[in-house]
Amino acid sequence: MTKDVVLDHVSVRFGSYTAVDNAYLTIKGGEFFSFLGPSGCGKTTLLRCVSGFVDPTEGRVLIGGKDMANVGPNKRPTALIFQNLALFPLMSVADNIAFPLEVRGISKRERRRRADELLDMIALPGVGDKKVHELSGGQRQRVAIARALAVEPDILLLDEPLSALDLKLRHHMRSELRAIQQRVGLTFIYITHDQGEALTMSDRVAVMNAGVIEQIGDPESVYDRPKTPFVASFVGETNRIAGKIIGQSGQIATIDTALGRLKGKAAGGRTYKPGDDCLLFIRPEKFGLAGDGAKAGTSDNAIVARCVKEEFEGSARQIFLEAGGVDLRAALVNSGEGSRRLSTDEVATFGFAPTSATVLPADQSGG
Amino acid sequence: MSKATGAGAGTTLYSLFFFAFLFGPLIIMVVTAFNSSSFPRITPWECFTTDWFSVLVNNARLMGGLGTSVIIGAGVVVCAVPIGLAGAMALSELPPRLRAALYTVLITPILIPGVVLGISTIVFWGIVGRAFGEEYASTFYNGIFLTLIGQITFISAYAMLVFSARLQRFDPTLTEAALDLGATPGQCFRKILLPFLKPAIGSAAFLTLLASFENYNTTVFTILSDSTFTTALASKVRLGTDPSLSALAVIIIGLTLIGAMVHEARTRRQALLRSGKPQLSPLYANPVTRVMTHPAGIAIMLIALAGLLVYLGSRHDASACKAGILQQKRAVQEQLLEEQRARIRKLREKAGPATTDAPATNNPSPFGGAFKPGMLAPKEETAPANPSPFGGAFKPNALKPKE
Ligand SMILES: Nc1ncnc2c1ncn2[C@@H]1O[C@H](COP(=O)(O)OP(=O)(O)OP(=O)(O)O)[C@@H](O)[C@H]1O
Ligand SMILES: [Mg+2]
Repeated sequence: MTKDVVLDHVSVRFGSYTAVDNAYLTIKGGEFFSFLGPSGCGKTTLLRCVSGFVDPTEGRVLIGGKDMANVGPNKRPTALIFQNLALFPLMSVADNIAFPLEVRGISKRERRRRADELLDMIALPGVGDKKVHELSGGQRQRVAIARALAVEPDILLLDEPLSALDLKLRHHMRSELRAIQQRVGLTFIYITHDQGEALTMSDRVAVMNAGVIEQIGDPESVYDRPKTPFVASFVGETNRIAGKIIGQSGQIATIDTALGRLKGKAAGGRTYKPGDDCLLFIRPEKFGLAGDGAKAGTSDNAIVARCVKEEFEGSARQIFLEAGGVDLRAALVNSGEGSRRLSTDEVATFGFAPTSATVLPADQSGG
Repeated sequence: MSKATGAGAGTTLYSLFFFAFLFGPLIIMVVTAFNSSSFPRITPWECFTTDWFSVLVNNARLMGGLGTSVIIGAGVVVCAVPIGLAGAMALSELPPRLRAALYTVLITPILIPGVVLGISTIVFWGIVGRAFGEEYASTFYNGIFLTLIGQITFISAYAMLVFSARLQRFDPTLTEAALDLGATPGQCFRKILLPFLKPAIGSAAFLTLLASFENYNTTVFTILSDSTFTTALASKVRLGTDPSLSALAVIIIGLTLIGAMVHEARTRRQALLRSGKPQLSPLYANPVTRVMTHPAGIAIMLIALAGLLVYLGSRHDASACKAGILQQKRAVQEQLLEEQRARIRKLREKAGPATTDAPATNNPSPFGGAFKPGMLAPKEETAPANPSPFGGAFKPNALKPKE
């Protein structure tokens, strides 16, 4: 019953501009799959390919093994939730939700029954007779989901559905969406430029940049084991240090940087030759402060840095550092009384485990 | 006087002038429709009469023209609104470059003078008719057909502008959403686009009907030997005006007022319903006032009122008063005539018996006596011929002692 979506080497070009470049991936039935990427990288275009509003210039879109080339948007087993929701302003909430049933010629009584059922499901019973503009943003959001579910699609496509909501509602809707997905067992294809959203909700994430899918994987591997400099810097906060390879032993590469000799993991099983230009990425929370407990123990990666500024965030302290002309950022967990505080211009030694840093070749430069 | 009150007085004065300027002519016109004087004027007031309405209704040419206008108007609405809608939709779908080109094509008929459109319509369809070997009695030489075609060419563009303005505010993702939810393109159009365009369809229909009705430039050519209301009216004015035209104005003003009031009631009701709390309004809460403020209720009341006025007016008989006025005028004329005769007699006596008999029409005025009604009066009894260059439009016909 669940249907796989296959993008078979799909490219979309508008004139000479390539919006999607050779996308090749399989989305399994029942999966919560996210596309993550900066604005204008082709996420919406890709989604419109799946829903049938854009024809791929090259390649095929297969749903449940069937080529969708000549299947119109109204014939595909997909339902799209638009970036602006696109609820019908002249209809009542119930009529909106029942619209897919109406165009399929289902009787009025049955339509109303289904609409009420769906309203119960999205926890908005009794608003059926209201007009769309009488609802709050979050309620509209849920109505849009209910309307898409009324189609009984195999695949639900969501185009940044939460971007218009305020932060609190967004967090609430995240868990709600995930719960709905698990309850109805549909395939969700979710688009966002908010990495927090993608990481918290998805089974798998595809990171896009300028029309190219740079990495596909579960949230942890995308965050911890980025395969390209773009993914490393786009997903999550990171520090980026340029250097030259000195040597490699197994997975661990040693590089020469402005901060001295540092060690990191060569991502994706790459092997480097000495002298190769490379980039080392290290996340702020992977830093430890010497004399402040466990993480700094490694003598391999010791960085002597000057504290420029410290920001207290409650659960963590963000420390802005400067070392060898490079700006760095470290996040230290607020572990209570014993934690060491730094004052401005104080010089301290920071360290990190080689396995928590990623070394990537510098030729593919990324954001 | 303080500055504030001074400004207030100035504003009031200005407003008075402004409204006098706007509505003065209308008010005067309305009043003249009820004066029995056969030239539209307020002073001297003769008799209150409703006869000009029956004069208007009994004018066969005008009423025939009205029938033709209604047929043409309905035809134009039926054709121009869909054409305009199609044009506007085509415009909204096209890529920018093509759109500009199509827009120019569609808008040109508005910019071309109506006269040119009229003539070219006749010429074009004449050629087409001849190409088909049709006779002069055929459709291609039928005034109603030609007027319909000629008007549609440019009135469709008006409809298109109305629809374009509305379509610009249409969110195209709504049609995409409908498609995505399984609607066919036809269902999208009927269930999403048409409801959105409903207000625009109303205004477009109204606008095209008015434009068709009041059109003269094009119609006067394309109607050929027939006539519409407007062309009939124009030719009537050319031959001289009488208060039956004021009566027509009264009818038009009345219809406009009814329309405006019903429209206003409708707008208010919609605003009330949209506010979401109609129960809070006392007018809405009470069932009687709710019906009375409903646009349909208001329409019925106004039409009933108009009907009552028409009925009362049709029963009003001004003949007694008119006879009285006639009597008075006769008396005045007799008197003037008498005075004149006396004057002539005196002159003749002075000049002696040698002088030839001067006719009563001896007229020292450079205007041929046109502005000296008393002098002309006796002559007109025998000769209704009209010497005025204005076709009698400015001749006080009231003084014509016609039974
Ligand atoms: N119909 C079109 N014609 C020409 N160019 C287009 C068209 N649609 C999209 N593009 C271009 O394709 C690129 C990708 O657009 P897309 O809408 O897929 O971005 P996105 O990743 O969804 O961005 P956002 O996060 O801002 O929504 C953009 O540079 C856009 O200008
Ligand atoms: Mg987008």
